[in-house]
Amino acid sequence: MSTSTSGYAATAPSATPRRRARRGAHTSGLGLGLCTLYMSVIVLIPLAAVVVQAFNQGLSTFWDSVTTTVSLRALGETLLAALIVAAIGAVMGTMVAWVLVRDQFPGKRFINALIDLPFALPTIVAGLTLLALYGPGSPVGIHLAYTRAAVIVALLFVTLPFVVRSVQPVLIELDQEVEEAAASLGASNAITFRRIVLPALRPSILSGAALAFARCVGEIGSLLLIVGKVQIASIVIFDDIEGDAPHAAASLSVVLLVLSLLILIGLRRLGGRVAH
Amino acid sequence: MRISRPATLSLRAVALLYLALLLLLPLGVVFVRTFEHGIGTAWNWMTTPAAVSAFWLTVKLAAIAVPLNTIFGVGCALVLVRGHGRGRAVLDSLIDLPFVVSPVIVGLALILVYGEQGWFGKWFVQHGIPIIYSWPGMAIATIFVSLPFVVREVAPVLIEIGDEQEQAAATLGASSWQTFWRITLPSIRWGVAYGVVLTTARALGEIGAVLVVSSNVAGQTLTLPLLVNQRADQIGAGQITGAYSAATELAIMSLIVLLAMTVLGPRRPESR
Repeated sequence: MSTSTSGYAATAPSATPRRRARRGAHTSGLGLGLCTLYMSVIVLIPLAAVVVQAFNQGLSTFWDSVTTTVSLRALGETLLAALIVAAIGAVMGTMVAWVLVRDQFPGKRFINALIDLPFALPTIVAGLTLLALYGPGSPVGIHLAYTRAAVIVALLFVTLPFVVRSVQPVLIELDQEVEEAAASLGASNAITFRRIVLPALRPSILSGAALAFARCVGEIGSLLLIVGKVQIASIVIFDDIEGDAPHAAASLSVVLLVLSLLILIGLRRLGGRVAH
Repeated sequence: MRISRPATLSLRAVALLYLALLLLLPLGVVFVRTFEHGIGTAWNWMTTPAAVSAFWLTVKLAAIAVPLNTIFGVGCALVLVRGHGRGRAVLDSLIDLPFVVSPVIVGLALILVYGEQGWFGKWFVQHGIPIIYSWPGMAIATIFVSLPFVVREVAPVLIEIGDEQEQAAATLGASSWQTFWRITLPSIRWGVAYGVVLTTARALGEIGAVLVVSSNVAGQTLTLPLLVNQRADQIGAGQITGAYSAATELAIMSLIVLLAMTVLGPRRPESR
């Protein structure tokens, strides 16, 4: 019997179920070890280094660092922008998903494919497109660049697919007979939507919006060219790194990390799958 | 719900207008701006030594990150779905971390570990292997940010197909290696392919993490996204055309990626 190298098929004709399970556990342990090693070298040890850097001068220094005016304002600006984007994204994303599922019109497949564009397009290009459109020499005469409004538009662009792609499959599966029953019992469209459709969609809207929120909190690529003097947290961290202030950068990073982790845990509770 | 014709039309109009304003119009403007001084000018900007070097560095980083993350992704998905060991739950919850960590924090984290003063960095510097401010650091940053895509695409497919065929193959005497190549891999191939496309898209477009660990020297450590950033930051009308030209190269790449997503997406068992 040759020794197997991976756990998923570690069975041999003569192996009893018991032996199978034991051999499986052994080889799968090796696989688990290799995966954990790869994750550690690339992800876990570096992130641990950020936490160590933030706290290596004591808890009070960390606290002082995250409660400076600059840090607090950056956190406020970032959270406010993320909230606004998640809210607009939830409404517009649900509307787009509705049109893509329930409406029929020529070119629908093209539009449907287009939704994923923000995932495929490099974020710096997204930033540059907004600069081209709303920056100096704007062809439409709107000058948003270097303002909060530009930040909101950039974040709406990069987070567009989250709510749409989260609501779409639920809407496809939704049983329209219940809606028809409601209508035949005299419910108006508004009531049917509020009482029947919206409750069914709510978890998917929420998880899409939460993903969008998480993305906004950490976003930097699409903001680099248009952020101007708006103090977004990721930009402040970047400036701290460039200004050789790793402690300040690490402290603010830890706050963002905790925030991201909370969203990740919340999403798990919601049962939403994290994607992209 | 039966919605009246005017309501349907206005919903459609609002949704399409929103998409046009947010997605199509800005993209169109970049193409227009790239070619407003003629195709020749744009071509010259795309073929400067800095632009050519940025193109190849972008390809090189993707060529390192995508295969590594694909092998890791398939292996890790097998461990998570088919494995028995304890600790799988912990690994499962940690896999998604790169999706929620800000790219700029990724850059900082890598400097703290692999930088000159970093935990491992000192050893590498002593042995004459620079990591940070050089392409190996940019490669690690690219691997970090694109790490979970293949795992997250392949794991649900593995659950979906079950392990009956693998068991049957093993019963008939196939080694686990044979079972993997002949049974498992063909069943998960569309999931793997879709994961590879997503990984590639992320690897080609990454800027935040790479920006922090790059020395940003044109011709050496600039990727195409970094070149866009640098040219757009420099004042002067000529430079901005250069930025648009590099952005057009990236936009064309991402349209190819989008096409691949559209073709591959529906083939995944998960989407049925």
